[in-house]
Amino acid sequence: MDIHALQQIVHQTRDARRQQTLPKFPSEARDQLIHTYHPDYRASAYRPIRFGPNVNDKTVLELAALLEGDSLIADHADLTPHYTTDVLVVGGGGAGCAAALHAHGAGANVILATKLRLGDSNSVMAQGGMQISVAPEDSPVTHFLDTLKGGHMQNDHELLKVMVEEGPSIAKWLIGLGVLFDRQADGNLHVKKGGGSSKPRLLTCSDYTGLEIMRVLKDEVLNQKIQILEFCAAVELLSDDNGHCTGAIFKDLDNHRQVVVAAKSVILATGGIGRLHIQGFPTSNHYGATGDGLCLSYRMGAKLDHIDTFQYHPSGAVYPEQLIGALVTEGIRSEGGHLVNAKGERFVNELDTRDVVSSSIIRECEEGRGIRTMSGRVGVWLDTPLLDAEHGPGTVEKHFPAMMMQFERFGIDISKDPVLIYPTLHYQNGGVKIDTNSETNVKNLFVAGEASGGLHGRNRLMGNSLLDLMVFGKRSGMTAASRAASLQQGKLTVNHLQRFRADARKHGNSSGVISPMILPAYTRKEPERTTNG
Amino acid sequence: MTQEDANVIDQPEVLRHKMVSIEISGKKYEVPEGITVIKALWYTGQEVVRGAGCLGGFCGACATYYRTKDDPKVRTCLACQMAVEDGMSFTIMPPFPARKALYDIQTLKDPKQELFNLYPEAPLCRNCNACTEACPQKIDVREGVWKAVFGDFKSVSEMFMDCVMCGMCTPVCIADIAPNLVALYVSRAQGAHFTEKPQGLETRIKEIQDGRFKEEWNRVLAMNEKELADHCATVT
Repeated sequence: MDIHALQQIVHQTRDARRQQTLPKFPSEARDQLIHTYHPDYRASAYRPIRFGPNVNDKTVLELAALLEGDSLIADHADLTPHYTTDVLVVGGGGAGCAAALHAHGAGANVILATKLRLGDSNSVMAQGGMQISVAPEDSPVTHFLDTLKGGHMQNDHELLKVMVEEGPSIAKWLIGLGVLFDRQADGNLHVKKGGGSSKPRLLTCSDYTGLEIMRVLKDEVLNQKIQILEFCAAVELLSDDNGHCTGAIFKDLDNHRQVVVAAKSVILATGGIGRLHIQGFPTSNHYGATGDGLCLSYRMGAKLDHIDTFQYHPSGAVYPEQLIGALVTEGIRSEGGHLVNAKGERFVNELDTRDVVSSSIIRECEEGRGIRTMSGRVGVWLDTPLLDAEHGPGTVEKHFPAMMMQFERFGIDISKDPVLIYPTLHYQNGGVKIDTNSETNVKNLFVAGEASGGLHGRNRLMGNSLLDLMVFGKRSGMTAASRAASLQQGKLTVNHLQRFRADARKHGNSSGVISPMILPAYTRKEPERTTNG
Repeated sequence: MTQEDANVIDQPEVLRHKMVSIEISGKKYEVPEGITVIKALWYTGQEVVRGAGCLGGFCGACATYYRTKDDPKVRTCLACQMAVEDGMSFTIMPPFPARKALYDIQTLKDPKQELFNLYPEAPLCRNCNACTEACPQKIDVREGVWKAVFGDFKSVSEMFMDCVMCGMCTPVCIADIAPNLVALYVSRAQGAHFTEKPQGLETRIKEIQDGRFKEEWNRVLAMNEKELADHCATVT
């Protein structure tokens, strides 16, 4: 059937739905829903890791293969450094830029290496906002409790306390650099309510929050003349005789040469794993989100935390085909957008946490109340025109210009027509275990941002990622810089690789996988041809 | 019709599997109709390193020139946000060597005057409007440059909130202005110098420094798992 014909039910039921209030699920029902429908609980998608710091811990098949994968670097590679620096930052997204700026500001020599361009990251796409408790009726403690509840009480308390308490000073720093957060009429910061949060706490720059922050941070990195190595993908870390981190080896993606960087400390800000397409899910992530930092740290002996849990954002686009997996911001639901099944019914409180909302969408679709596209995808409606009905014409266009434009390019006016959505692989809840200075159990190896784990527990709250990047980017940068003066540059070896390889052999690993992946293999191979002999 | 059949959306581009002829950097290929420009590159066996970034229309890495069948007009798009059609011809734009001025945003004395030192070419706009036509985000770039020159920084910062810094406005400028970089400077100056300091934020920072939440922290952090879970449940 034509998409417009199917959308009629959404228009027809709108007024009736507006009268309705849906309570959140009681905790038992919520747990059962998640255990039955959330992809994290699909046992066949998981297996134990066979060796290394997280031996016998379960994770998804796609990640397990990469963690056990072999390095591109030989045991006796030439490790003469091309560059020497105090602090080496790997990754050019939000956490990487924040780390580089703070380390530089504290007086350290900094090199920032990134496998694509400076700023190419998930951060640039963050639309929903940044949670910081600035409203008078809110507090850092409430922010802490909301996050803990959303993370199923599994969050690291110390990391979380640090994040919520440093939030306001981060906002001040960003404003000082020229970030244009939305304001109230009285000049105070405008705050929006996000899913799973009890108080309005989201600072926004319309629906371009990540883009605005990244435009400014990138510009600042350039203004500060921080040395940048673009199109350089980290392929291995370096360690000294004590197993402390002393640098990294890169592959220059332009000329395929190896680049060795000696550093007193290394900050991995390499982001998430969406492009591994775990369990076949489409993803909202950027081109380079292949979990490189996890593989590199794991081979060095860094322990990972919560790597069995991923966030499937409730609203990934399902139609049109070209936008599959692209994010439809949670801001739509924050402003009252309903989720509607094929029968025209709501089925979940739209402002529940992401894992609950995603599970409920999967339930609707598996129980036959979804809408299917001819390419075999299925989804439910997100009633975007409701926002104009509720708050006046022009609301969608004014508050969600990025999303309006994205769909307009394919002839869809989301202020008039609802959009079809289904959960999309969005975020790695866990990652490399860190302390409050963002350091791992490997000395002088820091991890910041999505690549790190513990802070978000088993489900990250909307708007907590941008804050995570800024707070732990800063902490890693400051700590690494503070060590530079007293620390001698350590020896450059790959002894950790020899240990890792011995371990792999003992466990009969010959999968032939080389990690990190660097970029997903989307290039279509030439179709097989039959040849004569 | 069963309930299930009733809820199926037709997608002509998926149903038909029609192949179309396109040109990539002047070379002819056959690709399925309706896939994105970036997917057409992958489909034709090309490795993509430069020219792809967020794949969501936000980073500007995949700025592309294209032309549709028999139309002489060369247009611009983001390759991850554009579907291919029969007869289309396109080339991904290489990085353009625009000059970015370096500045310390926080210590600027007179940001509106400083614009002319940092970007002396900005007032030389000859009104050709090519930048506006080149913008895949539909920003009125030319108007923005003039507003910047006349000191209306607030309007510029609002107009350029959609800017993904793809830089397509730059190679077309006959006055060698890089409008996106000018606008970035102007927006940052607007935020850092001409926007009210939020009082509530200052208050909150001071409250944290003064330990206003200390007692509550102590109480919450001393709770055992069960107590904490019960306490969380009361927060609504």
